[in-house]
Amino acid sequence: MSVLLQVEHVTKRFGGLVAVNDVSFELYEGEILGLIGPNGAGKTTLFNCIDGVYTPEEGRILFRKQDITGWKPYDVARFGMARTHQIVRPLADLTVREHVMVGAAFGAQSMGLRQAARVADEVLEFLGLAERADWLAGSLNVAQKKRLELARALASQPQLLLLDEVLAGLNPAEIAEMVATVKAIRNRGITIIMIEHVMHAIMNVSDRILVLDFGQLIAEGTPKEIAANPKVIEAYLGDPKLAERLMQGGE
Amino acid sequence: MSRQKPSLPPALRPADFRPALPGRHWANWALPLALVLALGLFPLLTGKDVHRETMFTLLRAVVMAVSLNIILGYTGYVSFGHVVFFGLGGYVGFYLVAVQGRTLWEALLAGGLAAGLLAWLIGIGILRLRGAYFALVTIGVNEAVKAFIQNFDPFGGPLGLTMNFSVYQAYGGPRTMLQMTYYILVVLAALAVLLSYAVRTSKFGLGLLAIREDEDAAEVMGVVTPMAKTWAFVLSAILPGVVGALFFFRNGSIEPHEAFPLHLSIEAIVMVMLGGQGTVWGPVLGAAGYQAMRAFLLTNRYLKNIQLTVSGALLLLIVLFIPAGLIGWLRRRFPASRRVLL
Amino acid sequence: MALEWTSILSFLIDGLMLGFVFGVAAMGLTLIWGVMDVINLAHGPLIALAMFGVYLLMAALGLGNPYPALLVITLLALPVGMGIYYVAVHRVINAPHLSSLLATYSVNMMLMGVMNAVFGGAPRNIDFSLGSVTLFGDIVIPVARLVAALAAVLIAGALYFFLYRTRLGRYIRAVTDNRDAAELVGVPSTTILALSFGLGVLLAAFAGGLIATIFPFTIFDGGRYELKSFVIGVLGGLGNPIGSLFGGLVLGVIEGLVPMFLETSWTPVIEFALFVLILLVRPTGLFGGKS
Repeated sequence: MSVLLQVEHVTKRFGGLVAVNDVSFELYEGEILGLIGPNGAGKTTLFNCIDGVYTPEEGRILFRKQDITGWKPYDVARFGMARTHQIVRPLADLTVREHVMVGAAFGAQSMGLRQAARVADEVLEFLGLAERADWLAGSLNVAQKKRLELARALASQPQLLLLDEVLAGLNPAEIAEMVATVKAIRNRGITIIMIEHVMHAIMNVSDRILVLDFGQLIAEGTPKEIAANPKVIEAYLGDPKLAERLMQGGE
Repeated sequence: MSRQKPSLPPALRPADFRPALPGRHWANWALPLALVLALGLFPLLTGKDVHRETMFTLLRAVVMAVSLNIILGYTGYVSFGHVVFFGLGGYVGFYLVAVQGRTLWEALLAGGLAAGLLAWLIGIGILRLRGAYFALVTIGVNEAVKAFIQNFDPFGGPLGLTMNFSVYQAYGGPRTMLQMTYYILVVLAALAVLLSYAVRTSKFGLGLLAIREDEDAAEVMGVVTPMAKTWAFVLSAILPGVVGALFFFRNGSIEPHEAFPLHLSIEAIVMVMLGGQGTVWGPVLGAAGYQAMRAFLLTNRYLKNIQLTVSGALLLLIVLFIPAGLIGWLRRRFPASRRVLL
Repeated sequence: MALEWTSILSFLIDGLMLGFVFGVAAMGLTLIWGVMDVINLAHGPLIALAMFGVYLLMAALGLGNPYPALLVITLLALPVGMGIYYVAVHRVINAPHLSSLLATYSVNMMLMGVMNAVFGGAPRNIDFSLGSVTLFGDIVIPVARLVAALAAVLIAGALYFFLYRTRLGRYIRAVTDNRDAAELVGVPSTTILALSFGLGVLLAAFAGGLIATIFPFTIFDGGRYELKSFVIGVLGGLGNPIGSLFGGLVLGVIEGLVPMFLETSWTPVIEFALFVLILLVRPTGLFGGKS
């Protein structure tokens, strides 16, 4: 398996606060990598460093063997990386299809509107939103908005997909559906990093997991290894039963 | 896992499968265009000069509002400096005709180019600012350009320039010139509507809408925002520049306070709001409605003196209660109309 | 050009005195911006209205100087401003910027329409004299300007005291920092927003009244002082009312010194170029703005 993304000694500071501290890891093609950690651990900031929203103070990021440190988000997007946002802010006055067309038209495969509409319709069908294509995005419910966010990212036909809490706010049935969808996306050959708080889901879906705490990478390994890692348990409020709960499911 | 059914690869779609593109419908350009042409040709029917002059003011407002809508309505950047393009185009065009002895056609071209160039130059810098900061800086740009031209001797400084009336002989004398320039404006207004439709329904326009709704998200989706915004600004600047050159050529004189009145920018915003920002119809209806209301108030015996107050009260009511404007309100109220009412 | 130090000094002193007064006008604008992110486009007509208010009240009361009238008009401005807030601004306080800009501009139109109908466009002048004082032998300063500058400094001090030493002032600052959080701890945010808008209008009216004691004016002059307030507000940091006093000083120095080197008509070019430049390079202003 070849390396798709290399994060090398990345550090991001805000004033005196070190949000991401000397983080390094590698991501292999076709992998699903889970990124977990307590609130404020720097997970979303790390995403923002990877996709160009922030430029890290130190370290570098290689994507498809290319140093993309300091690239603008749109350049990174056009180079084949897409992401979803934790807080979904759908563009209120656009229809669901128009939304997804933005992702398709301006993403990795820059394409005309007609083709973008075609791709959008396919992606909407794949994600079960086809009947909603002509709705205004603002009128969707939470689960649908999450799917829309995913559709937008997927329509850009990325090689790497960054998912920021796509399960948050979903009920158990919706979570199960979304987990299946994430796996199906990977089966289409798209590599995934996902930030998640829903532990049983991330344990179930990830090939490998990284744990961030106070901006630092404190553990890396298979879900099983992570669940048994004392550092991780300590980071999560020193809950001794954590490992059991992680493996059994539930928050 | 019914959601997981595999999608059809593109090749398996019927070859003639043509998904509907947002906003693409003949009604969305043909009807506004028909309205503009009807308004423009109405003085031909009555044959009265006074109607032609009223319509000149109205069509000028249409061009200003429709072009402003590209940056304000489609892109979401509130510019209070739209009139700077009108004024600069006016000055450049006027200078070429009155001082350099060039033709009207060259003046129109130069006026549009100058306005577009100014938009390009300042756009790169000021479009980094968002929200109210952008609005403020556009006021600053307008005032700075106006103050500069007041000190710029080739443009006549604070007194401005006047045209020798003999210039009009080349265009068939003043009467014919007034006719001809009027029909040029009709053409420009029609062009503005077509441009507005073309931008709104293009890939470029979709990028602008994405910026309007959430600029950070648009960037992450691959919209090259600095480029898109700057081009939107340039596109919105060109026609006001051409109309400025036309207006002051016709006017026979130009001076700074006439060329850069802040209230003209704000009136253009009001028109866009009135009709519905971000739509093709909206600015056309807004401009026509606003001008019609003004004309009514100015000719009404009782309201004449407090015309501005009545307009202000009306504006406030619209801002407070129907902020999406007429077209926006209709589109929301009757979702079925969305396809043919843009 | 004779650049004698006394003439430089007299230009400078004059510029600084006016700078303080313009600074108070800008304070009103920037206080409102800081608390609620609203640019009050009715600022200019409100300044002009206060000018006419002071002028008419002084004439009606048959007073020999405008200061009692100024005091009354200033106090009246507070409820007027609060009224404007409740009628025109409150509904759009959380809407996109365009809405609040247009809402305040509609107030501008209404005021201009009424003033145009009632007062017309003719210039007025408050007719009184306090004589002048002479400093350093040959620098002549009209007392009215000195009084205006002192009054400006006093009200700036009063504003500082109010914002930092009183409960209401603390509420205003809390709403400025974070409206939601302030509401959670029991600050009546709507009242505080209205009060802040009222205070902003009060400051505009006070500045307008002071300017009327110095210069002749028309109903259209408000627009000029509004533009000056924008420049000063940006110089001092938008949302930082006390910074506006310093912004006013910077503007005063520019207005005092530019005419010594260039024709006076270049002053607005320099001011607005600086305004644009500062917004681009340092939008928080020279003295730090909100956040």
